[in-house]
This record gives sequence, structure tokens and C-alpha cells, in this order.
Amino acid sequence: MYWFHFLIMLPFIFAVFVPILYKKFCPRIHTGWFVFLVPLLIFVYLITFIPDIANGNTIITSLPWIPSYNINFTTYIDGLGLMFGLLITGIGALVILYSIFYLSKEREALHNFYVYLLMFMGAMLGLVFSDNIFVLYVFWELTSVSSFLLIAYWYEREKSRYGAQKSMLITIFGGLAMLAGLVMISSNSGTYSIREMLMNTDAITSSALFVPAMVLILLGAFTKSAQFPFSIWLPDAMEAPTPISAYLHSATMVKAGIYLVARLTPVFGGSSEWFWIVTGVGLITLLYGSVNAVRQTDLKALLAYSTISQLGLIMSLLGLGSAAMYFGLGDETAVYGTAVFAALFHLLNHSTFKGSLFMVVGIIDHETGTRDIRRLGGLIHLMPISFTLMVIGAFSMAGLPPFNGFLSKEMFFAAVNNAAKMDFFNMGTIGVLIPIIAWIASVFTFIYCMILVFKTFRGKYKLDNDRVVHEAPLGMLIPPIILGSLVILGFFFPNLISQYLLKPALTSVLPMLTEADVLRLKITAWHGWNQELWMTIGVVVLGTILYLNIRKWYRVYKFYPQSLTINHIYNLSLNKLEQIYGLITNFYMTGFIRDYLVYIFGFMIIVVGGSIWLFDGISFDSSNDNPATLFEIAIMIVSVVSAVTVLFAKSRISSIVAVGALGYLVAFFFVLFRAPDLALTQLVVETVTTALFLLCFYHLPQLRKEISRIPFKVTNAVIAIGSGVVITLVALSVNGNRLFDSISSYYENAYELAGAKNIVNAILVDFRGIDTMLEILVLSIAGLGVYSLIKLRLVKEGSDERAE
Amino acid sequence: MKEPNDVIIRSITKIAVIIIFTFAINLFISGHHHPGGGFIGGLTFSAGLVLLFLTFDIETVRKNLPLDFKVVAAIGVLIAVGTGVGSLLFNEPFLTQTFGYIELPVFGETELASAVLFDVGVALAVIGTSLTIIMSIGDDR
Repeated sequence: MYWFHFLIMLPFIFAVFVPILYKKFCPRIHTGWFVFLVPLLIFVYLITFIPDIANGNTIITSLPWIPSYNINFTTYIDGLGLMFGLLITGIGALVILYSIFYLSKEREALHNFYVYLLMFMGAMLGLVFSDNIFVLYVFWELTSVSSFLLIAYWYEREKSRYGAQKSMLITIFGGLAMLAGLVMISSNSGTYSIREMLMNTDAITSSALFVPAMVLILLGAFTKSAQFPFSIWLPDAMEAPTPISAYLHSATMVKAGIYLVARLTPVFGGSSEWFWIVTGVGLITLLYGSVNAVRQTDLKALLAYSTISQLGLIMSLLGLGSAAMYFGLGDETAVYGTAVFAALFHLLNHSTFKGSLFMVVGIIDHETGTRDIRRLGGLIHLMPISFTLMVIGAFSMAGLPPFNGFLSKEMFFAAVNNAAKMDFFNMGTIGVLIPIIAWIASVFTFIYCMILVFKTFRGKYKLDNDRVVHEAPLGMLIPPIILGSLVILGFFFPNLISQYLLKPALTSVLPMLTEADVLRLKITAWHGWNQELWMTIGVVVLGTILYLNIRKWYRVYKFYPQSLTINHIYNLSLNKLEQIYGLITNFYMTGFIRDYLVYIFGFMIIVVGGSIWLFDGISFDSSNDNPATLFEIAIMIVSVVSAVTVLFAKSRISSIVAVGALGYLVAFFFVLFRAPDLALTQLVVETVTTALFLLCFYHLPQLRKEISRIPFKVTNAVIAIGSGVVITLVALSVNGNRLFDSISSYYENAYELAGAKNIVNAILVDFRGIDTMLEILVLSIAGLGVYSLIKLRLVKEGSDERAE
Repeated sequence: MKEPNDVIIRSITKIAVIIIFTFAINLFISGHHHPGGGFIGGLTFSAGLVLLFLTFDIETVRKNLPLDFKVVAAIGVLIAVGTGVGSLLFNEPFLTQTFGYIELPVFGETELASAVLFDVGVALAVIGTSLTIIMSIGDDR
């Protein structure tokens, strides 16, 4: 265990203690204060890596996890991972600080909240620092799960549950697709390590599975990063508490897809498929998000769509930049490499300004009790600090100086203009469309940014509830103030950020580029009256005109039919799926246990009996058999008698006793054949199940003679006799067939290896310990299942389901 | 459940339960070298408790033994997973078990094995689960 592994695991470890801290100190001390220390500590620790990484070093530490399957928890710290790590912990710390003031310590279930949040943070850290694809996948799905839990945090609201389910379905679907893609590329390259894959890309690019693997992995990335058409889950995810929206659904988790695309660019970049899919989807998402954002009336929904659009922007930049791989080394490479640089820069900027915007919207919601733009207005005098912060965030998003968004937006325009001039990948005529789409999307971006600022803060004060609206408490303002100042500082000192964060990150995405040092990256706010600047000016002019006349053209949105939206299609297909599967399930789930037993035993007869018959497995070998002793024969006769007794028992209690007797007799057999562990287990299990039977017996109706139809009886007879015959045949044929050597010799030196003289126990707890661990886990889950089926069934809808 | 009122079974149970518990603990401890172990020991222990439940009322037992068996099961699983994670601390693969011998004043040379700790987890999980099931069903009216 290395110190670095420990720090990644720290959120998980700390999460165990959160409920205890909550119980002990809440409501005296807000639980958030304890949790706040975790990301802060990791953040400070990660900062110490910056100088080392900026010099081009990378740090690898490996911890064996399941070494026999070549799965190790290898952490790999490079520029890209470090940049994400700093984002996760830095914004994480600010969000937790914010949540301390946002979530009431008297009313909210804080222990749940912070456990989920820490789980997410740990998963995200593991995701960006892990080198093994399976470890990466596990953490990837963990972020989906924790995101689900956080969206459903106010689970009593129907919309929360709906949003949580939607995000879960979509992101898990993508995650599974990604797993398939990862398995494909790992089988091509012969390694599970991403680092080794990047060194050995030829094996992947030359394989027939190149395109399928790429599409599958991109599905994972696109669902996670809410790219069109998977973007529908993000607006519904806004049902989560605002700190969560700021953290997961704008600054970090949705960027995991971007991370994956950036991380795998060295593998897939340079191919035309990658270029077209990533750029195309990114641009469509950019346009779709920004056009839809304008029509939103809920502030958080507006921000959600704007996040979708900004993610599309970053994605399309990564796609454009991947063209650099196509050229090898040359002047063009530098031009396209700049696009990737812009993507990373914008990613950082977006996290700062979008994080602060979400926090300000949260403040507005918190203070006024509404997020509806139509009800808000005139808050400028009441909340001057929030207004300033909103202006900083929104203007940066719109791409105006002097904010960091301006710089990355200009670089984005430069990149799309370059793309228009491309003459490869069949660009030709379509290439001209790229800057046009980008420009139109930017106009809409400008419009919704203006809506965000001016509809909320200017105009008449029209709030009609009795609240006295005032500025938020200082603690709630500090996090957005920090982020807001970063937005401005980013504008004035971009090269500092570039030197220490962006360039090392770029090295990870385009390694060959930095090796050759062809990139002369110097970010300047002013680079003459060039095309990009004119584009920005055009955006501002047209955007202002459109914003001022928004009433006149707003009706356009109504022309788009509701039945064609993706959301509608999603709901429809979900309903239809439920209906169809309901029909199928109701067809065979009759509710009678005897039917289920028929399925189970029938299946066993067909599969086991069928395969024994097909492969000629029926062969008896009695040469090694011992002669049966009188004692054994006696026990056998008694067991047969007790088995037959069950059939003719008139009351339940006598049949239970007969079954119990049979069980004990089997235990006797184990004793005779010198298997004391088995005998003991059988005895105890028999005792406890008989007791359990007696308990259930209390609830069962009187046993009575059943008069049933002949076919029903025949089916039962066939199944009963069939399973008996099959089991007997299998038992008798065991000696006749020896397909494999006995494995018992592996366990014979248990005393030397495990220090245990009881081989059975050594197998259980040591040699096959992981089996036992999972078994007791399953056992506990089954126990909880029985408990919840019996105890929680009477709880009415709407009441607290966790009352027990 | 109906009110059981049987003097003989009550008196015998009071003594028998102690014997069963002792036997269960013995089974558990001897499991390392002789027949027994966490699963059997745990199940025997819960068999003893079931006897208590059957003889006395569930409520009576619960009053004298205020344990939430769901939590017991959870603690068991946590201990088992915890010993697995513990080996990571020593740079060993997950779930690596170890053992060693120490001199104790009375017992002489005694073996200490981390597998026993794992077994404690198994036993607790088994006790917790079986009793959760039995109590949920038995409690249900």
C-alpha cells in the first residue's frame, strides 16, 4: 500500500466514519466540516506533484489486487490525470464548503449525503489515476452509482427518482458498452494497462476490431458526458441538490467522458472515423444544447443545457485536435495540436465558471425559493455580490473579456477556422459548415448567458411570496467568489496555468507533439484584428439584437412538435419495454412455488440428464466399491422409509419430521464416510431449517387432500421421477468417468501453507477465501431480502420507508 | 406465536443453551485444526438462540439480548472484507492470509492466524443472517 493509494482510498475510508460523526456531533457541528478536510488534504497533496509533473515526469505505483488475473491497482500520475485530480478535489472542497451552508443540519439526512459524495469523489480519483482498464471500469461504474444515489437524494420526490433512474439507465448502458470496447482493445494489444496500450498502438489500429472498439468506447464517453442524443439525462439530473449539480453534473463527472476521449486519443486519434464521430457529435451537441438552453425557464435547466453545449464544444475540440495525429510532425500538427490544448483549457475554465454559476443559482433558489425565470427579476439591489458573480460567470461563458472564457473561446474559433481549411478526411465542402455551426451555437450561448444575468437580476421585482430576500451568508458566497476570482485570474495569467497544468496534460494526450517541441503555445488576449476576433464581435452584436427582440422570435420553439423530442421517445420506449416485459414475466411467474420448482427441476433434468445422455456419460464402474456393511444398509432402509413417509403424511408436522429425519440420516452417512465437517454442517443446517419450517408452518393453511387434474399430476410425477433418476445416474456414473485428475493434492500441504490442519477449513478461509467472502455477502443480502419482504411490505406509499 | 408454557422444556433449555453455546464456541475455535469452523460454529450458535426463541417468547429474548442481527451480519461481512483489505496494507494481494506462532505463558506455543479473524466474520455473518431470517418470519403475525 503506497501513500498515494491510501489517498485515493481516503474518501472511501472516511465515508465509513461519516455516519458515526453525524450521530455524534449533529446538529451541533455540521457534518460537512469534517468531510471538508478530506478533499482539502488530497488537494494539497496533489499540488506537491505539480513541479515534478510539469518537468515531464510521470509517477507509477502498483499494488497487486488480483495478480493471478493480471489486475493490479496501478496508479499512473501524469499531466492529464493530475489536472483532473486537482479539479476533483479543488472543486470538491469548495462544493462541500458550500453545501455546509446550503443543506440544513437539522432537516437533511447529511450522513447519506456525504457518504455518497465521498464515494463519488473516491471513484472519480480512482478513475483518473488508474492505469488498469478493469480498475478504471469499476471506478467508472461507481461514479454512475453514486451519481444515481445523489440525484435521488430527495427520494420522496417523484421527479428525483425519475431523473436518477434515467441517468442510471443511460450511463450504465454506456459503461457496459465501454467495457466491451475496452476488452476488445486489450485483447488486441495483449495488455490491460492503458500505458502499455499507448506504447503499442499499432496492434490496435491494425486490427479488425478497431472501429467496433472505438464506437463502443465512445458510447461510454458520450453517455457519461451527455453528448447528443444521450444528453437527455442531464437536465433531469438537476433534481439533485444544487451543490451536487455544481460538482457532478457540471464540473467533474460529466467530464469523465472527456477524460476518456483525451486519454485514448493517442490510440484512436489520426483515423478519420474518430475525427468525424467525435467532432460531429461534439458540434451537434454544442448546437443542440445552446439552442435548447434559450427556451428554458428554470435556471438550473438552463445551466444544464448550457453544460451539455459546453461539453459538446470541448468534445469537438478534442475531435478536431485528433487530426494532429494524422500528420505526423509538421506545421499542420501544431495547428491541430492547439485544438487539443484549447479543449483542455476550456475544460478547466468551464469548471470554474460553471461551478460558480451553479452556486449562484443555488443561492438564488435558497434565498427566494424559486428558480423560475418568469418569477424572478430585480434582484440586483438585494443581492449585489451574487449579481457580480453571475456576471463574471455568464460573461466568461459567453466568451467576453476580461474573463478566461474569452481566451478559450477564441482558441475554439481558431480551431474551427482551421478545420474549414482542411483538405483530408473528405472534408472538402462539409468543412465550411464547421465554423458556421460553431458560430451559430455561440450566438445562442451569448443569448442564454444574457438571459441568465439580466432576466434574474434586472427588471421589476415580482416575487410574490412573503420571504425577505437578502444576500446569502458569507460561507455560501466564499466558494463562488474563489471560483469567480479564478475566472478573472485565468484571463490575466493564462500562461502560468498553461505552464504547470495544461502543457503536462497536453503531453499525455499528444505525446509525440511535445517530444518534438513544435508547439509554441503562448496564450495572449490580443492577437490583432483577425478572423476570430471578428467572429466574437459578430456574436456579441447579433446576440444582443436577438436578446433584445427575444419576444418576437421566441415562438419558433413552439413549432417543434413535442412528440419528436428525444425525451418523449425515451419515455415511450421505457413504457413499452415495461409493458412487454411485464407480459413475458407474468406469463411464467405464476406465484406458485410448485411451478417454479417444476422449472428448476425440469431445467436440471434437461441440461444434466441431456448432456449425460449426449456425451455417453452413463457408465458404471463397480470395481472399486466396498461391500456395504449391515449398518449402512440399515441406515439406507430407514432413509427410504422416511422419504416415502413424506409422500403419505397426513399432516404437515409429520412430513416436516420425516424430512428432518432424512436429513439426519444423510448426516450419518457423512459420519460413516469420514467427512466430519460435512456431517456437522448437515446436522446444524438440518436443525435450523427444521426450526424455520416450524415457524413458517404457523402461517400455512391446513394440509388437505388436493383434488387436481390428471395432466397436472402427470407433470409432477414426470418431474419428480425424472430428477430422481438423473441424480441417481450422475451419482452412479461418478466412478466410471474420471475426466480430470483429482485436485485434492493441491490442498494436502495445508498445514505448511495456511498453518491449518483442517484442510476443509483451510480451503474455506484461505485457499478459496474470496469464494467464502462472496458467499457470506450473498447470504447477508438474502437475509436482508427476507427481512425487507416480510417487514416492509405493509408500509404504505409516501410514508418513510426506512422507519424500521 | 402461541404462548408456550412448558416448565420442563424451559428448565432444560436454560441449561442446554449454555452447553450449546459452549459447544458452538468450541467448534469455532477448533475449526482451524479439527472439524468445525466459522460456518458451523455460527450456525450452532444460532441454533442455540433459536431454541431460546422457541422456548421463551421472541420478545423476552429480544429484551435480554438487544442485538440487531442485521447489523451483526453487516459487521461480519465488514470484518471478512476488512481482513482482505488489510493484506493490501502490507503490499500483498487482496485476501492474503498469514499465520504465526507465539509463546503464551499458560497455553504454550499458540498459533495466531489472520484466517481466524476472517472466520470470525464468517461466523458473525452466518449468525446475523440466519437469525434475521428466523426472527422476521417468526415475528410476523
